[in-house]
Amino acid sequence: MQKNHQWDSQRARAIIAEHQDREGPLLPILHALQEEFGYIDREAEPIIADALNISRAEVHGVVTFYHDFREKPAGRHVLKLCRAEACQAAGGDALAAQAQARLGVRLGNTTADGQVTVEAVYCLGLCSVSPSAMLDGRIVGRLDEKKLDRLLAEAAR
Amino acid sequence: MSALRIYVPGDAAAVACGADDIAAAIQSSAARRKIDVEIVRNGSRGLHWLEPLLEVTVDSRRIGYGPVALADVDSVLDAMINAGGEHALRVGAPEELPFLKKQTRLTFARCGIVDPRSLADFCLHGGYKGLERALANPAGIIEEVVQSGLRGRGGAGFPTGIKWKTVGETGASQKYIVCNADEGDSGTFADRMIMEGDPFVLIEGMTIAGIAVGATKGFIYIRSEYPHAVAVLNDAIRAARRGGMLGKNFAGSRYEFDLEVRVGAGAYVCGEETSLLESLEGKRGQVRAKPPLPAHKGLFGKPTVINNVLSLASVPVILEKGAAFYRDFGMGKSRGTMPIQLAGNIKYGGLFETAFGITLGELVDGIGGGTATGRPVRAVQVGGPLGAYFPRALFDTPFDYEAFAKRDGLIGHGGIVVFDDSVDMAKQARFAMEFCAIESCGKCTPCRIGSTRGVETIDRIISGEARDTNIAVLEDLCNTMKFGSLCALGGFTPYPVMSALTHFPEDFAAPPQIQAAE
Repeated sequence: MQKNHQWDSQRARAIIAEHQDREGPLLPILHALQEEFGYIDREAEPIIADALNISRAEVHGVVTFYHDFREKPAGRHVLKLCRAEACQAAGGDALAAQAQARLGVRLGNTTADGQVTVEAVYCLGLCSVSPSAMLDGRIVGRLDEKKLDRLLAEAAR
Repeated sequence: MSALRIYVPGDAAAVACGADDIAAAIQSSAARRKIDVEIVRNGSRGLHWLEPLLEVTVDSRRIGYGPVALADVDSVLDAMINAGGEHALRVGAPEELPFLKKQTRLTFARCGIVDPRSLADFCLHGGYKGLERALANPAGIIEEVVQSGLRGRGGAGFPTGIKWKTVGETGASQKYIVCNADEGDSGTFADRMIMEGDPFVLIEGMTIAGIAVGATKGFIYIRSEYPHAVAVLNDAIRAARRGGMLGKNFAGSRYEFDLEVRVGAGAYVCGEETSLLESLEGKRGQVRAKPPLPAHKGLFGKPTVINNVLSLASVPVILEKGAAFYRDFGMGKSRGTMPIQLAGNIKYGGLFETAFGITLGELVDGIGGGTATGRPVRAVQVGGPLGAYFPRALFDTPFDYEAFAKRDGLIGHGGIVVFDDSVDMAKQARFAMEFCAIESCGKCTPCRIGSTRGVETIDRIISGEARDTNIAVLEDLCNTMKFGSLCALGGFTPYPVMSALTHFPEDFAAPPQIQAAE
């Protein structure tokens, strides 16, 4: 279960201040903000731009470039399914189809009730115990129909 | 009596197969029986079909049991207590298993054996001997690396020593060592394993690089999909600092070197070195045009050594045992050993470190035992999503940079993904283009637009629409991407596409026309 705090610009400023003196501080700042709030609120962008003396467009460009950074909160659970070749070779396509059918959404989306976000990930480095998945940061290898059903049941809670 | 020492791998592949729960179950089972156990969360030995592979120390030997499921914990613990006794899952001494016995472990010598978070254990197993020799003759480090023949293990195969020499000769107030741990290729996990199983060897390698070129600061850029590696490496860096092996006057020397871990954000292209540097600087991970080379103007415009994890982790053994020792392994211009990763639909998957020269067939059929499904092997993709698909007819190709290049392939980072005969190669070719479209940084047109046009063209071929014309379009498109892209993402995507088309043309045939019922 993802536990995040509500967006709070004061708290965001404190987080930015913690990292802004590091060499190349933008990615560490964005990771820290997402860790706290679960996504990068649009309001954070001008605050970061101001602190780092770069343009708001540059910050927005970085936020939108990387797959990890969310512009809105994810579902209560995040299920990532590896869709790369080693998992395809071991039956990953059928599992991805199963998950999408059960959840009623396509990869990259959140169920209507806000319960689960299901996403493709391109390689978790578990290619010798493929197919693999990650539920809320917990990794699962040798995924099969039964294991996936258990993960989906867990995510429904 | 001293505590029973039990090893339960903390490697992500073992954890993904339940190792954390098993470690907890052993702890509570032992507590119930009032037995004193010491659980070591080691790295993985690389025999991944046996994970979680538990080991117990008996008379200073280790006895393995695997793959252990939660339900086996009590009975395995019984066997372990009984002097490493019989059990259906007992595999004996891991190093006696053919999969390990046939390997030459230089870079991975300690992986799976030591406690990855213990500096003392690292030193006890020969750690920091390379640094010791480097400090005894700092001016000779670069020549030693050049002479070893070590080439970039990330995939490009550029001589590591030459890179270092260029940075060493470039004057600057600040230089950097950057470790590329953005191991995004499907079918590869060697960087992850070494970071989780023997992180100090990477720290040692980077420290040696720092001395060699005059850099005082290093960054390790790890992909965000590797949280376990990030955690272990951060712990190891703290332990090295505490132990006086990083920082000012490390190891009692006159040098200074420190390290910082940085986490990526899910962009595959950041595995490309210039894109990685942009990302470290806090920018969009867009590829830079070369020149200038990173060795001249790299991170923050300063001279930078940027090497893959395995290249840097191979430096300590080269310094410890000498360039000649390392160079004596291998074939042609591929010297030393390569940690090869066997993945996908394979019976015995895992990490196999061996001298260059072993054939692809020996790796897939001999070592890997063919497919896990038991069906015939039809294709293997070597070198990640940008690597070529090889049919069985090319299984005599020796694992060597040049031999693979000669057959329009690449060894890349050493990953081999096995597919059985149910694979649809047109679909795989389409995926290669699709992946390039998803991950393109967008800077150059052949990659950004070519990949999307590639998906559309392959779709037309699959649906049987003007097949011959569209195949000609696809070939032309691949040619443009290969020669017109700025980096390997657009430049190498044609490898999987063209190899699928060349070796498996039958999969690109028009679908049989279904006659409409009269």
